Amino acid sequence: MKIILNDINLFHPEQKLNKKNTTVLLEDGVISKIGNLKPSDFEESEVFEFAGKYVVPGFFDMHVHLREPGREDEETVVTGCNAAANGGFTGVACMPNTQPAIDSAETIYLIKGHAKTHLVDVYPIAAATVGREGEVLSPMAELFEAGAVGFSDDGVAIKSASILRMVLEYSQMYDLPIIEHCEDQTLAGGAMNEGLNSTLLGLPAIPSVAEDLIVSRDIQMAEYTGGKVHIAHISTKNAVQLVREAKAKGFKVTAEVTPHHFSLIDDTVKTYDTNFKMNPPLRTQDDVDAIIEGLKDGTLDCIASDHAPHSIEEKEEEFQYAPNGILGLETEIGLTFSELFHKKILELKDIVEKLSINPRRILNIPVPKFNIGQEANFTILDTDVVWTVDVNKFKSKSKNSPFDKKLLTGRAIAVINNRKMFYNDEFITL
Amino acid sequence: MPLSSRHLLGLQGVPKEDIQLILDTANTFKEVLARPIKKVPTLQGKTIVNLFYESSTRTRISFELAEKRLSADTVNFSLSTSSVKKGESLKDTVKNIEAMKIDMIIIRHSAAGTPFYLTKICDANIINAGDGTHEHPTQALLDMYSIREKLGKIEGLKVCIVGDILHSRVALSNIFGLETMGVKVSVCGPSTMIPRQIEELGVDVIYNIDEAIQENDILNVLRIQLERNAGENFPSLREYAKYFGITKERLEKSGKEILILHPGPINRGVEISSEVADGSNQIILDQVTNGVAIRMAVLYLLGTLN
Repeated sequence: MKIILNDINLFHPEQKLNKKNTTVLLEDGVISKIGNLKPSDFEESEVFEFAGKYVVPGFFDMHVHLREPGREDEETVVTGCNAAANGGFTGVACMPNTQPAIDSAETIYLIKGHAKTHLVDVYPIAAATVGREGEVLSPMAELFEAGAVGFSDDGVAIKSASILRMVLEYSQMYDLPIIEHCEDQTLAGGAMNEGLNSTLLGLPAIPSVAEDLIVSRDIQMAEYTGGKVHIAHISTKNAVQLVREAKAKGFKVTAEVTPHHFSLIDDTVKTYDTNFKMNPPLRTQDDVDAIIEGLKDGTLDCIASDHAPHSIEEKEEEFQYAPNGILGLETEIGLTFSELFHKKILELKDIVEKLSINPRRILNIPVPKFNIGQEANFTILDTDVVWTVDVNKFKSKSKNSPFDKKLLTGRAIAVINNRKMFYNDEFITL
Repeated sequence: MPLSSRHLLGLQGVPKEDIQLILDTANTFKEVLARPIKKVPTLQGKTIVNLFYESSTRTRISFELAEKRLSADTVNFSLSTSSVKKGESLKDTVKNIEAMKIDMIIIRHSAAGTPFYLTKICDANIINAGDGTHEHPTQALLDMYSIREKLGKIEGLKVCIVGDILHSRVALSNIFGLETMGVKVSVCGPSTMIPRQIEELGVDVIYNIDEAIQENDILNVLRIQLERNAGENFPSLREYAKYFGITKERLEKSGKEILILHPGPINRGVEISSEVADGSNQIILDQVTNGVAIRMAVLYLLGTLN
């Protein structure tokens, strides 16, 4: 099938491409022409009028929880991929804290098998240690061969410095990053950030230093071993500064931040609404300001959602007993454009880097190119559309979002990948 | 003049007029408690559920007596939160209780914010009887009532809350309530038991108990809550008692009169010596008596609101 994306702005910072008001012809999902279309092309094709919309290399979320295997009641690979497509992503990397953990090649095959025919590419991140228990190295070589793009004990940091050292040394053979949930276990266990608000609310709290300590440990271990460390969902001011300094010294350290950590602070917990409960917890305005600065100066490489579906019954518990985490895939782009683009913190180029190019580079996944003959891997953006978040319209199987009913500006209106298009709430085979 | 809220979830943000009204109303009920027949028909026909997810003797009996003396129908429901992960959710339990047509729920729960959550899921009046380490408003109200009864005023006094501030729900309610009533509040305890940024609530932090005695009119001595892992926050009970325990020697050394409150139950020989707990400066049992009057006042004011 031939389709035409008419009157679009083709934007690819890595290729230094910024073509305004051009037209792209796709044949069976492959880029066939950029500009110079003939009238006959229009006659033979389905034409999508996308005046003023940006076509950018497909967005990639390197931190999602697809809950399969184990908690298919909360999300499955397919529903998670549907949420990703609806949110404007063509690729995701899924975390290994499933049941069982992704610590065997079989589990990777299972996940990849379920995603095989989907528009969205799924790249599993495997557990760094067996069962994410921090005792024994996972079969990293075999996991790499099966398709793992990184290793993590996400949910917790790698338990001990000695195992972290092994993991960082072993993973270097495959040039894969260790993705760390930075939290000192002996300071963990609270329900929110420690500070004035936890004092006022009487909730057990997690101090920011719990994160800073492990970020610091991991950076030093990255230096010592030469391995790659990627700091997941950074949330504290000091952690941002530690990463900034590590980068200046040339260590192989990268970092991501979630939309909720750049857009919300711990004041929101005052409602005891469990949709504001996540780990790391929402921090203070000081931390958010430092994160914004880190996004601007490039200290923070990526934006990733930490998409964490939870069932309604689990989230409808007492605040301190409810599980951590919120949905992210379907509000991520809207929040990024509302909070960063329209507030003139990041330009479109920065956003494409942080949501498409950098996450793939960190995981050694090729960045989609806009060349004739290449399969199209596009996110199509309307940067100015104003829309209201409605959890009931989410494709995710869960509903736990603190952003329900929020007005956002900017979203993806379509994605194209694997010879499929998601547009107007439906998948089209190209 | 009615109360400005139909629930009592905590004392944070509760206006002075409301506190004043509760204290004044409690005066009337204190008088009822002195009669041979300690019962009035005020809440006849109202049904009140005492939903206690955490063990409690004093507070539960105090509420139950207050309810009975107001002629309300009362139901007690006690269960342990150790099995939160098993069985029925809090929401379902509350929905079921509500379906039996009740008017008020008195809730005690180990998780902070639970009373607030109840206001979102049911229509009954909610009274917080202690939520986690958050608030325990009726305790602070009865503390204020007892202070006023003993000293004739509240405004302008200086109160120091002593002990395990971090694990205490009494401390926070006292801070909010007393500050609203014009009291200068300080806290005194080991630095590991002082919550972060508590100074931002306008509270002075004192680490020396003799200094606290010297500078205040009243000490509200909190229990060391060993069941909330408080033992991890200081080296030993012996050291705690030695440096923060209220003893007769300390009080005598100060050479001044000071009023001692304690919300109970007492760990004798830890935060307070037996001599002080039974001595002339304390009003510990008055607090217990006044607790019934205060709870009658709160129940009456909320129960007759709608």
